[in-house]
Amino acid sequence: MHELSITQGLLQIVLEEARKHSISKVRLVKLRIGELTAVEPSSLTFCFELLTKDTPADGAGLEIDVVPIKLKCLNCWEFFETRDASFVCPACSSFNTELITGRELYVEQIEGD
Amino acid sequence: MKIPVVRDILEANERIAAENRRIFNENRVFVLNLMSAPGAGKTSLLERTVDTLNGEMQIGIIEGDIQSSIDAARLSKKGVATVQINTDGACHLDGNMIRGAFSHLDLKSLDLLIVENVGNLVCPAEFVMGEDHKVMILSVSEGDDKPLKYPLMFRESSVLLINKIDLLPYVDCSINKIKESSLKINPDLTIFEISCKTQEGLIGWYQWLRDMVRTSS
Repeated sequence: MHELSITQGLLQIVLEEARKHSISKVRLVKLRIGELTAVEPSSLTFCFELLTKDTPADGAGLEIDVVPIKLKCLNCWEFFETRDASFVCPACSSFNTELITGRELYVEQIEGD
Repeated sequence: MKIPVVRDILEANERIAAENRRIFNENRVFVLNLMSAPGAGKTSLLERTVDTLNGEMQIGIIEGDIQSSIDAARLSKKGVATVQINTDGACHLDGNMIRGAFSHLDLKSLDLLIVENVGNLVCPAEFVMGEDHKVMILSVSEGDDKPLKYPLMFRESSVLLINKIDLLPYVDCSINKIKESSLKINPDLTIFEISCKTQEGLIGWYQWLRDMVRTSS
């Protein structure tokens, strides 16, 4: 359950940004989380509700945009999404591929007044 | 009011890890983050490694466990500098915990520092600590479907040690399937098939360590 440590990092960013922009009540936090990260959205939501108690983000919604694992083949330049955790190019079977998305773990936006 | 943020949630950890990395480089110590599920053989691998390489190089060990100092006791018996971290419930080590631990070690005197992470195939893969490489162990008794189920650790590791190959006649596990699916996730993975019990295959691992320590010092 490392979602708790991840939520601590998340909350720190949210509260810092809220202070910086004089937001006293955070209404919504938007996250982008890649499918390759080891983060479980429902655990994260649970931890977020727990840790935001009595902070300016108490009761704020958490919107999680899950980003699929996308790769680029460096041999034939095909772009593809992984299936069955295979990072091999489906077009030319090359192993020489580069991860484009799937490792995201960031706060994209906060909303509040 | 909508505020665009775009900040990495792990930024605090990554900052600390980068600072650890700088300190490790300054002291010319090669650092490994050793990860696996509980019981895959991390401590046994360390015991074998220390028995073979201690003397040839100066080794330090940081032991991460949720509770107890059983592993640290096993290793300090071998005469290597060992520091125990008890995470008190946390399922992984992070940059900050490592920082607290290595301040108890004389980094200047070390050639190799191995951090034994908490036994867990998921969480440790997400947190960097300033290591040069991540090394993971998968034992054959865990099954050959693990790369597909836990791709992140296989993706992030430089070395995969397939341990307990002496058990192969007794378990339904295909080494080829492990290798094939791991390489599909990470084609740069160096794979060693080993048994810490019989010591089969460990020579390749020792040589990899020697080469790495030599090029980093």
